Amino acid sequence: MSTPRRSRAHAKKTTNGAHATGSGGSVIVTGICGRLGKQLCRVLHRSRHVIGVDRRPFPDKPKDVEHQQVDLRRKKLKDVFRAGDVEAVVHLGIMHDPRASAAEHHSWNVAGFAKLLEYAAQFRVRKIVVLSSANVYGPQPGNPQFLSEDTPLLGGVRFHEIRDLIEVDMLAQSFFWKHPETETVILRPVHILGTVRNAPSNFLRLPTVPTLMGYDPMVQVIHEADVVAAIERALTPGKRGIYNVAGPEPLPLSHVLRILGRPNIPVPYTVGKMLVKRMWSLRLTSFPAPELDHIRYVCMVDDRRARHELGFSPKRSIEDTVRSVDEARW
Amino acid sequence: MAVAKPGEQRTALARLGGVLRNVAPVARGLLSSTTGAIDDWMTRALGEEFKSRLSRVPLTLTSTGVDPFGMDPQWVKYALATVALLHRRYFRTEVHGIENVPRGRVLLIANHSGQIPIDGALIGAAMFMDAEPPRFMRAMVERWAHTLPFVSLLFSRVGQVVGVPENAQRLLEQEEALLVFPEGSRGISKTFDRRYQLVDFGLGFMRLAIETNTPIVPVAVIGGEEQYISVGNIESLAKLFKMPAFPIIPQLLVPGLQLPLPTKYHMYFGEPMSFTGDADDDDAVIEEKVFVVKATIQTMLNKGLKERKSLFF
Repeated sequence: MSTPRRSRAHAKKTTNGAHATGSGGSVIVTGICGRLGKQLCRVLHRSRHVIGVDRRPFPDKPKDVEHQQVDLRRKKLKDVFRAGDVEAVVHLGIMHDPRASAAEHHSWNVAGFAKLLEYAAQFRVRKIVVLSSANVYGPQPGNPQFLSEDTPLLGGVRFHEIRDLIEVDMLAQSFFWKHPETETVILRPVHILGTVRNAPSNFLRLPTVPTLMGYDPMVQVIHEADVVAAIERALTPGKRGIYNVAGPEPLPLSHVLRILGRPNIPVPYTVGKMLVKRMWSLRLTSFPAPELDHIRYVCMVDDRRARHELGFSPKRSIEDTVRSVDEARW
Repeated sequence: MAVAKPGEQRTALARLGGVLRNVAPVARGLLSSTTGAIDDWMTRALGEEFKSRLSRVPLTLTSTGVDPFGMDPQWVKYALATVALLHRRYFRTEVHGIENVPRGRVLLIANHSGQIPIDGALIGAAMFMDAEPPRFMRAMVERWAHTLPFVSLLFSRVGQVVGVPENAQRLLEQEEALLVFPEGSRGISKTFDRRYQLVDFGLGFMRLAIETNTPIVPVAVIGGEEQYISVGNIESLAKLFKMPAFPIIPQLLVPGLQLPLPTKYHMYFGEPMSFTGDADDDDAVIEEKVFVVKATIQTMLNKGLKERKSLFF
């Protein structure tokens, strides 16, 4: 993706510090140094003042973006809220590293997010957008073909690592009810594909893609740029609630691989599970064995609410979306 | 964020991929010549009627070439051909009253029998081969089937969906024909001494019909109970293998009798029934309405059995 720096002249004038550009106050984006965060930043900073909060450095950040290298759990986060007239918070800073220790993972995701919510309430932030995931529903053999937003979040039944994300989603839901003065939006996108380095994109980047023999579930995928667009829609004043976000029409996993033109090896489930478990313990793979359920059972969402209420519809075709995993990685 | 795979494994996979890539064209060539031969044979066996019906049957495909439930027209063609052959040649089904099936959304409620769900396939074949205009029917499939490799794949590609109310509602709102066996897996694994005696009906289909304002067509299928003769059911084994039932079918031990016996099927479609009321009514109220449907099907079964002259002809 090329990113024109339109506001270069304008950016030169700005210094690090609290000031408002465009409409109203600033937008805090947590996890801005992730690939999705960077893309959101590049779109958002054209119209709004963006404050990035991430403990990682942000070397190639646009000049008019303020970056605070802060751990969400630290008191310093409060200073970010105190200093700037914060109008909205976009929470992307969810750690999903199955290799990280469970304690660190949990504390980062849950304690960090709880702090963020606390300050958002204290400083009367008008909008919070949380990027959850359709994975919170979990792939199950008895899933309806399209899960609505009211479906119980059972993703943790077989895949424990997702429980943090479910808790984050739940925290956001309770915040939604407790603080009606804040517009809370929870987005649950399906598998995000693109230059991002998440499990589905990494899976499709394998030179030979293993599949499970006799299983070919229907899948939904969405282009990262469409997710950014959905976040932008969610930032519009007046929008609140939980929204499933899906990309183009669903298709079988085998068709995804056909679009990519990748060879695949079908492996019987029991063999595959054993192999992945062994490889996982030898650190040869980044996929934990329970994630195999995603290429075994359906976990698709009904995105009618996002289409009607949020006014979101994906722009990328299925071919573009799938092929985006091979695009040059910047 | 996830870590990429280390190098060695990548090359090993790539090498395997290379081998696959060389084999692929040969396999594809073989496949296309076989499918060509099968296509020819299919047309000869089923006649032009099948072809013309296939071109007239409405399928709701999206831009990805499949329908949202995973139905793939390529698979549907062969599936329909197979069930049409079973329907016309193997079981020689006699269909009565198919004109009772209204256009638009409809729930077909049938008795379940035969140890394997051939009855569902044959009702589907009747809807395709005998109804005018031809219709593509969907059936609600037991959740358990969706945990099985190949089976789940096949069901999904030929448009059969997991039996949950959300799916049914979606399909009925698309004005489709939906087959439900309210007896569920208890019905299909009846032992021979209980043949054609309906077991308890689930109530879900009635709530669904009321909620979506869908007419119900009762269907009686005769002939299925004799295709596999089950003398008992080992519940402990069923539990062990997580199967809904574990029938004892002696004929499976006789070489050549693994296929179902070629009994003659008779299929009766009753007049559409409409129910009104509150879909969330008490079980007792819903049960009364369900009982009306159940009694109708039992009457149709009894009448059909009386009219049947021979098991095989």
